[in-house]
Amino acid sequence: MKRAVFFAPLIGFVALVAILYAGFHLNDPSRLPSALVGQRFPGFQLPELTSGKVLGHQTLLGEIRLVNVWATWCPTCLHEHTTLMDIRKETGLSIVGINYRDDGEKARRWLSLYGDPYDFTIVDANGDLGVDLGVYGAPETFIVDADGIIRFRHVGDVNDRNWNREFLPILDSLTDG
Amino acid sequence: MTTSTSDILTVTYESFDATLGTLWGAGPEIGHLAAIIGLVAAIVLSVLGHVGAATRRRSWVENSGSFAVLQLVTLVVAFAMLVHAFLKDDYSVVYVATNSNALLPWYYKVSAVWGAHEGSFLLWTLIMAVWTFAVAMIGRRLPYQIYGRVLGTLGLLNTGFLLFLLQTSNPFLRLVPNVPTVGADLNPLLQDFGLIVHPPLLYTGYVGFSVAFAFGVAGLISGRLDATWARWTRPWTNVAWAFLTVGITLGSWWAYYELGWGGWWFWDPVENASFMPWLAGTALIHSLAVTEKRSAFRGWTVLLTILTFSLCLLGAFIVRSGVLTSVHAFAVDPERGLFLLVLLGVTVGGSLALYAIRVPAIRSRIAYRGLSRELFLLINNVLFVVAVAVVLVGTLYPLAYEAVTGGDKISVGPPYFNRLFVPLMGLLAVFLALVPVARWKRTPIRLFRQVGVLLLASTLVGALFFVIAITSDRVLNTGSIVGVVIAVTLALWLLLSHGVDFIQRKGARPLGYLGMLLAHVGFAVGAVGVAITSVFSHETEVRLSPGDTVELNARQYHFVSVTTVNGPNYIAQRAKFDVGGISLYPEKRNYLARNSVMTEAGIEAGFFQDLYVALGEPLPDGSWGVRIQEKVLVRWVWCGGLLVCFGGLLAVMDSRYRRLALRRDGLATAGKVA
Repeated sequence: MKRAVFFAPLIGFVALVAILYAGFHLNDPSRLPSALVGQRFPGFQLPELTSGKVLGHQTLLGEIRLVNVWATWCPTCLHEHTTLMDIRKETGLSIVGINYRDDGEKARRWLSLYGDPYDFTIVDANGDLGVDLGVYGAPETFIVDADGIIRFRHVGDVNDRNWNREFLPILDSLTDG
Repeated sequence: MTTSTSDILTVTYESFDATLGTLWGAGPEIGHLAAIIGLVAAIVLSVLGHVGAATRRRSWVENSGSFAVLQLVTLVVAFAMLVHAFLKDDYSVVYVATNSNALLPWYYKVSAVWGAHEGSFLLWTLIMAVWTFAVAMIGRRLPYQIYGRVLGTLGLLNTGFLLFLLQTSNPFLRLVPNVPTVGADLNPLLQDFGLIVHPPLLYTGYVGFSVAFAFGVAGLISGRLDATWARWTRPWTNVAWAFLTVGITLGSWWAYYELGWGGWWFWDPVENASFMPWLAGTALIHSLAVTEKRSAFRGWTVLLTILTFSLCLLGAFIVRSGVLTSVHAFAVDPERGLFLLVLLGVTVGGSLALYAIRVPAIRSRIAYRGLSRELFLLINNVLFVVAVAVVLVGTLYPLAYEAVTGGDKISVGPPYFNRLFVPLMGLLAVFLALVPVARWKRTPIRLFRQVGVLLLASTLVGALFFVIAITSDRVLNTGSIVGVVIAVTLALWLLLSHGVDFIQRKGARPLGYLGMLLAHVGFAVGAVGVAITSVFSHETEVRLSPGDTVELNARQYHFVSVTTVNGPNYIAQRAKFDVGGISLYPEKRNYLARNSVMTEAGIEAGFFQDLYVALGEPLPDGSWGVRIQEKVLVRWVWCGGLLVCFGGLLAVMDSRYRRLALRRDGLATAGKVA
């Protein structure tokens, strides 16, 4: 019957509440699986933030790197920034930035103000590389191995908790093997 | 009354204080008791209203009004007791101790009452009681079954709110015997004029939509959602909407001068929480117009009353109470979170169930043809509801993500909102410009001809603007200039079409019509402000020492000095900047009690542009990080908001609502109250 249509708002609302309720009761949530893990890092031809030199994806080859998607409009990125600085200082790991849909001038100012943990920063002003990476917010961080294969994807900020629990085991296994 | 209101208040307060000296000691207990009596009044009100209407006991309904009065009186007493505890620095009350400090100026002690969760919730219930009282008085001419159900529904809502207050968020709790000697102070961000008035205005708007909601529920139960119903509901909805508009505008202005970034809108969850009900409310006031004039859109209108108030609840509770700004609050105080979720679930779920059951029998089937005013208002509604969905997804997604992952944060950010929201508003502007020509049922094509000419004229001006902008030596990307040109062209078109209609209109120009014009003009003014200030503003962030000069857009900013200034409860570093004969004084304030640092921007405000200087961090060598901005037409954003608000209020004063009052009201009680 057509009457059923009028229950749609109610059903929608109940579904929303159920999702919220379930969300708050998941203590060990499953990670969003990424189809990119095990794949080659997508190709790109994009300028570097400070030098303006156009870089391709072969610049990522040769060592294990963290690739971090960030922007100045993203308060979470500022929150994450100190963690990245610490990681850089303590582990010496190579970190590459992708400045995602941002203003280049602001981005350079941000790095001079808060410090620059990145080996270099790729400017993705239109978000094209972001689309290839399936980015839907910022920050996101990828582990890319020496052959340019994506080994891990993390959506959201890197913090002490997920660094120790998720990033370190993968990085360890990559360096051992 | 105008000569010495504050004197009279002071004297009255002091004499009360002296005579009731001993009683005041028990102020928090009196307040607590008053809130409990208020709860009882709310329960009685809901029973008398709903049961009286359902069982056709006219006397029950007629007497329910006195409980609306009782509810108001008790909650005023409760609120006054909390204010008193703040003014007296009664740190035995936990809420006072955690949110006040003896060094606070008295006006911040008063505003500290709603500076945190418990007190702001008490304010919420008080405003709820004020609205209920207003409906009880002004609405006496309504058919008693509608009157009873509206009041009954308002009573039910405040029953829920007061239960929540008393059960989980009691601001009157004492901390004895270990009474702290100093208060922890009010959050310095909130020590500002904007934050004195912002929450009460916003709450008045939020809570005001509960009246529209109550009319919706009453209409559903009574099976009456006709034009008369819409005419009863419309003024209440407009007033609530106007308050919400001015509340949001003030919030934006506050963020601009207090946060030190020079931004006026950040798409953060707290802002979005107030913006979503506003968008839904805007759809509602337009849909109500169709229901009143054409008796159409009934089911849709009543669904919007539910949606708007639900978004108010979602916004005010979930964000303001700190449940979702930090998801961890749920874990810290699961009782509070669960209570809110249940309250929200019962209110929204209950009303949606009622809607599903009742609306098939009540809704309208009224025909209209293409290019009618109905169609335009339908498009308006679709655009606004899509806008709500865009903001809702963008707001809840990061919050849900944090909840699901157990603490990982993510930002969706302005790129998402701007990319989806701005085109929606552009589309809206197109239809807004056509509003004056659109007629009910069907619009003759010839009427579109004139408005087409106006579009041509605006496009020419826009093109000229484009040429000037592109040939000026500014480095701007063409994309943003095109965006501005489109915005300016549409705004101009809208202004012209409304202006021409105003001049050509035959016969009377009722206040409802003028209000509509004013609100639409406000939209145009705001849109121009938003577009121009986003693209044509200048900004730089530099490191400066006193004595240095920096140039921005051909203006010299001379950093003269930094001096230390003592405020009542803070120590400030105050800088002096000279800009072309004007001095700006940005400050960095250290609030002592919480040891937190706040920025006060130095602003030279102007109709065409603001000069804005904010201090960043002091550096070891005595220099400062300084943010200097020239914000072009930024005031227009808020001017637009205020015009929209005035438009809404003007429409409420339309004589047709008063005529209705006189026709129905033999006893003229409404006149006495007003």
